[in-house]
Amino acid sequence: MDQSHIRNFSIIAHIDHGKSTLADRVLQLTDAVAERDMRDQLLDSMELERERGITIKAQAVRVHWKGHELNLIDTPGHVDFTYEVSRSLQACEGALLVVDAAQGIEAQTLANAYLAIENNLEIVPVVNKIDLPQADPDSSAAEVAELLGGHPGDVLRISAKTGQGVEDVLDAIVERIPTPSGDPDAAPRALIFDSSYDQYRGVIAFVRVVDGSFETREALRTMATGTEFEAEELGYMSPARVPMKALTAGEVGYLVTGLKDVSTLRVGDTVTSRRRQATKPLPGYKDVKPMVFAGLFPTDSDEYPALRDALERLKLNDAALFYEPETSQALGFGFRCGFLGLLHMEIVRERLEREFDLDLIVTAPNVAYRVQRRDGETVEVHNPAEMPREVEKVEEPYVKAAVIVPKDYVGDVMGLCTEHRGRFDHMEYLSEGRVMLSYELPLGEIVLDFYDQLKSRTRGYASFDYDVIGFREGDLTRVDVLVAGEPVDALSLVIHRDFAYDRGRLLVERLREEIPRQMFDIPIQAAIGARVIARETVKARRKDVLAKCYGGDITRKRKLLEKQKKGKKRMKQVGGVEVPQEAFLAVLNLDSEKKR
Amino acid sequence: MAGVRHLYVHLPFCAHRCGYCDFVTLVGKHGRHERYVEAVLAELELERPLLAERVETVFLGGGTPTFTQADALVRLLTALPDAAETTVEANPETVTPEVAALLRDVGVTRVSLGAQSFQPQLLDVLERRAGPDDIRRAMHTLRDVGFDNVSLDLLYGIPGQSPSDLERDLAEALSLAPEHLSCYELEAKAGTRFTHAWGAKLERQAEAMEGYFERVVETLADAGYRWYETANFCVSPERAGGRDLRARHNLGYWQARDYVGLGIGAVSTVAGARWRNAPSLGGYLEALERSAQPPREVEALDDETRARERLMLGLRLDEPLELDPSLERALDQSELDRLCSRGLIDVAGSRGRNRFIRLTARGRPLGGGVTAAVLA
Repeated sequence: MDQSHIRNFSIIAHIDHGKSTLADRVLQLTDAVAERDMRDQLLDSMELERERGITIKAQAVRVHWKGHELNLIDTPGHVDFTYEVSRSLQACEGALLVVDAAQGIEAQTLANAYLAIENNLEIVPVVNKIDLPQADPDSSAAEVAELLGGHPGDVLRISAKTGQGVEDVLDAIVERIPTPSGDPDAAPRALIFDSSYDQYRGVIAFVRVVDGSFETREALRTMATGTEFEAEELGYMSPARVPMKALTAGEVGYLVTGLKDVSTLRVGDTVTSRRRQATKPLPGYKDVKPMVFAGLFPTDSDEYPALRDALERLKLNDAALFYEPETSQALGFGFRCGFLGLLHMEIVRERLEREFDLDLIVTAPNVAYRVQRRDGETVEVHNPAEMPREVEKVEEPYVKAAVIVPKDYVGDVMGLCTEHRGRFDHMEYLSEGRVMLSYELPLGEIVLDFYDQLKSRTRGYASFDYDVIGFREGDLTRVDVLVAGEPVDALSLVIHRDFAYDRGRLLVERLREEIPRQMFDIPIQAAIGARVIARETVKARRKDVLAKCYGGDITRKRKLLEKQKKGKKRMKQVGGVEVPQEAFLAVLNLDSEKKR
Repeated sequence: MAGVRHLYVHLPFCAHRCGYCDFVTLVGKHGRHERYVEAVLAELELERPLLAERVETVFLGGGTPTFTQADALVRLLTALPDAAETTVEANPETVTPEVAALLRDVGVTRVSLGAQSFQPQLLDVLERRAGPDDIRRAMHTLRDVGFDNVSLDLLYGIPGQSPSDLERDLAEALSLAPEHLSCYELEAKAGTRFTHAWGAKLERQAEAMEGYFERVVETLADAGYRWYETANFCVSPERAGGRDLRARHNLGYWQARDYVGLGIGAVSTVAGARWRNAPSLGGYLEALERSAQPPREVEALDDETRARERLMLGLRLDEPLELDPSLERALDQSELDRLCSRGLIDVAGSRGRNRFIRLTARGRPLGGGVTAAVLA
């Protein structure tokens, strides 16, 4: 199709501000989906996505409106997927910025709006949910106009739920969003903005064709990773796959690649033809690296192979997921996994537990550390237990965080950020009652309990977003927890020196409560290197004996002993001490308890 | 020919059932004592082929054996095989001069008196009928008729028992100079009336009472008793003119020897089989009155299980247990090393010979945990 009749757009919104409802309504109005096939929030295909009200994987749908071809590119709605969002936005010329008429602008709205502006997108502001009794469309429209530097009158006011104003949105897309401007005759280039894995057809790439055109059966290659494949099939989504002969400049569609590994096809990479190779890739490709790490261990060691298989399968659809085998003396065999962020971690964990029916122990999350050793060599450390004890310096990832709150909570948020080693950057009033605070914070402070505390200290009013801005040196130290003189690998942590003492104290106290008394005293210590910073003792039992045992009792007493023996076998041995798995769980859950 | 040398006879009758008791007991039933004794003797006839020509020990347990009607008791004791040790359990209030003389006359060599405590308020908690004076009187009565081997049972960890109560109980018991003492921690067994009434209180006291066992052991050792089994003490040979005053019958259990048990609820272990007679009186009488085996539950003990039992039982004793190859196999050697290094177990031996194992003084109060740990 002629590029002048194509419009490519995304919808950006905070969670629950109505992005998916609006998308559904657009599909319905344009007859892309028959009424009877309509299922709420059609774009969110995974069970978990629907349940959490968030979109994890972006997809694209083509609809037709008044002689135009509109491609709606859905974007993931969360902070951990900023890079994916930015690629989705790069595939568009415009975006609908949807704001809840009752809530106004939230941190994610802001982050994504800035991303859209950076990508030179034409933004069509929309205030949604005007049918709600508590809606304040004027105030929300004013906030949005202030943010974008336009007039409140240009802000569309709709209810995606009732359908009110949605046709105006479609008209605005055609009228306001620019047409694609690639060169239809140049060597073909297409941006991969998402991929998924189909068990019959392999990896399917979602692409935006920028220049030239692609044909079925054409030999293709990605420019950053150099992966070669054939377009076994190409076409567009409506929302089911509709095969075509070719995808041309300006269009959005899919490529069936036949590849078996999603990691060979990275979001942000450029696809070109092997016969007519482009010389320059499209800008902005980044090799996304996991920043948050945690150990995942099956509660039942027999489930290790099942966990491995499950991770393999998740990885098929999630190029950002990283994992490698890890052996913990305390928790047995498992995997050290890397995630884009906390939500990504939560999603992976929930999918493993729900879709694969696994019972998991997850160690406290930590970030990636850049460590310069005494010998000058720099290494990246993903596991506190592997942090060298002697280091020249340690760098940790920092983020720029935006917190939006009603102004009454500014003090609470500032206190929280300061406690978490935050450095104040700036503050601005979004409207009379609402403030955006900008802080630079170590990511390591955020991964533990920051978000939960933020929510509780602001009674849930705060919204929060962050972006990794680089590595900085920190006064970080490794703290080990020792049971009977032996370090428990799963409980080692890297922490700022100022917090080491309190944290160590808390860990050993909790562990003392959880380890059952045994036949000898058990010292529990927290230590930095050889220096003990906290110590507790589980006192030995003084008596553990079956009171009497005569001819009539022998079978029963033997069974009691065998039961006692079995109970011990379920415990993990650390330093010659039986530690029940629950003890590790309790210590690993310290943070989730603290917020209560 | 199995050649079993230890014979147990269960006499279930009691005047009243104490709250904490979970033994097979029957209250009253005077009309049935005679029939029961006849049935036991019928069972003895059935099992006689299992017994050695010379039985070493006979033990009459209960119930309250001395509550059994005198003529029935005499009939039973007369008909049972002669043995080097014949023990009868007795409740203090049943030990009249007549009963004492009767026991002596039919060849009983040892009496085990269920004293439990000397504090009236604690005896009340236990629902014991005898008072402290009954205990002392029973002891004197037994001495008067010539018994020179009397054991006292004591309980500790009774709800409300203070450390000084315990000390007084031990002092009272020692003042009676028994040859033997059995000291048990009170167990609140699930389902008993007692647990229902006192379980919660016992749990609250548990930590405070943790040291009672040590207290018992220390006090009795100081008084010259040998702590020869987890819960059993006897006057040491050097203070008893060289006599070995350990309970020979019970020693048989702890040394994992075979035994035959007669009566309802009684257990026998012979040549790798263990059976327990059903606890119902009616079924027992009915079967034996037609010379049939009473209803039983049978358990086969394989070699591994027997080895585990030998360890479990043997480690209760103060004497070292010889580790033959089957016992070595039943042990978790790395756990054994660990607990040795912790000073809870001693292993001794020389190259090419069987090793010997025993719990140390520190390991014995933890015997349950230690045994569970070292079992493979």
